[in-house]
Amino acid sequence: MPAAELVRASLSRYSITGLYQGFVGARNYARLVQQEPLPGVALNTLVWVASVVGVTLLISLALAQLLDAEFPGRRLVRWALLVPWAASLIMTSKLFVWIYDYYFGILNHALLSLRLLAAPVDWLGDDRTVMAAMIAVGVFVSLPFTTYVLLAGLQAIPGDVYEAARVDGAGGWRAWRWITLPLLRPALLVATSLNVIYVFNSFPIVWTLNDRNPGFGHDTLITYMYKIAFKSALRDVGLAAALGVVNVGLTLAAVLAYLGAAGWREPDA
Amino acid sequence: MSVRRAALTLAGAALGLAMLAPYLVMLLTALKPEPELRVTPPRLLPVAWRFGNFADVLADPGFQAWLRVSLVVAGLSTALVLLAAVPAAYYTARHRFRGRGAFLLLVLVTQMFAPTALVVGLYREFFELGLINTYAALILTNAAFNLAFAVWILRAFFASIPREIEEAAAVDGCGRARTLLRVVLPLSLPGLVTAVIFAFIAAWNEYVVALTLMTDAERRPLTIGITSYVTAYVQHWNALFAASLIAIVPVVVLFALIERALVGGLTAGSLK
Repeated sequence: MPAAELVRASLSRYSITGLYQGFVGARNYARLVQQEPLPGVALNTLVWVASVVGVTLLISLALAQLLDAEFPGRRLVRWALLVPWAASLIMTSKLFVWIYDYYFGILNHALLSLRLLAAPVDWLGDDRTVMAAMIAVGVFVSLPFTTYVLLAGLQAIPGDVYEAARVDGAGGWRAWRWITLPLLRPALLVATSLNVIYVFNSFPIVWTLNDRNPGFGHDTLITYMYKIAFKSALRDVGLAAALGVVNVGLTLAAVLAYLGAAGWREPDA
Repeated sequence: MSVRRAALTLAGAALGLAMLAPYLVMLLTALKPEPELRVTPPRLLPVAWRFGNFADVLADPGFQAWLRVSLVVAGLSTALVLLAAVPAAYYTARHRFRGRGAFLLLVLVTQMFAPTALVVGLYREFFELGLINTYAALILTNAAFNLAFAVWILRAFFASIPREIEEAAAVDGCGRARTLLRVVLPLSLPGLVTAVIFAFIAAWNEYVVALTLMTDAERRPLTIGITSYVTAYVQHWNALFAASLIAIVPVVVLFALIERALVGGLTAGSLK
């Protein structure tokens, strides 16, 4: 139902107060393509999704391997990993605004004390660092889910496969490269496609950390759509709905890719 | 071997610390008195530990109102999820019917759809219905988007209960509804608990729909309300973080309870 309303709105014109002013056909889509910030926003989205998902997967591979091993306190570490997952994203985002703060944030202070920085950095105000700062938070909150999925994948690999490999003289790195990684493929595909969907649709991090910056220089397609509809001087529901339809289409494409990757079939029972 | 064990323990401790470190900053900031928030260079630990910040937040009428909204919205949307998911999951677990595959596929697709991409459509829909700024709009949206996970988890639990038990109940004179209520539901209690906790937390943490639909300050849930502690005009970071911790800690404990079932539910069993 909201999807139908979204499509209808994308073909209509509205006043600033939200009153329907008639059908305009595909004109909103034509205007959308002409929006000056659109190419930059699309590029930001690509960088945001690719970096967050890529870095998250690499780190999660290592973390899943670690948590698959037996060591004292493993349960505690698994619980610690749940915290960024369970906590509200908006609260975690606000926390990082504070940690990144130019004057009072602990990050600049720590890096200066360790002599890794010569002068403090305005992480969320400097055009060169905002995206990287947002990506770091995106990775931080995506790690738990991804690690858990990969861990489930690792634990589904039967132990005797490794024994057979050892008999054949393959151990360590070679066993990982030629046995673990191929057998982990389904879990990796699931983790990748679900993360692409989640990160593309992620709102609170970019919304909160990019809050201070005017314009659309660091927005993704999702926050750009939101600003067009509700926050900027535009207040253009028709135009935002057109972009919304595009966003839903992109999400749907990722969902289909996921279903293909996961080899979806109707459960028997 | 013991070197390996020590290295693993060390790596594990480092990982745990890395995950918790930001929230430790949150806690330590929540315990600072107001003037200590703006000192340069910043200090990690408070000089004067002010535990009263938590009491202040709890006594703040604004906070109490947001907390009430969050509890009502999360509670009622969870109840709605359960009411719809139990029959749907039971029916699909026990019967093969035309369109069953399509139905389960639809469940899966809605599970992956965040309301974010649809938020403009949601806004238009509730605007046309005159439901902007009502709890009903927020409760319905949360219930709709959290339904899929519950159906998926419960279906697996119901399917794992042997039919013979239900047949025995029928022989003993139990009707369909009573069998479901007295036999099937108690046996799938772990699944019910998982579904309830997940739906509650998802609604509890929801941000973008509430931000869009709830324009009245009195009717905002915690996720929106607490941001008013830090604006362009006031910067009560200690209150913001004290309030955040009050919202986060119970949710982490609940999450730890359903840890084992989470991955299976979110990947819809595609890993098994």
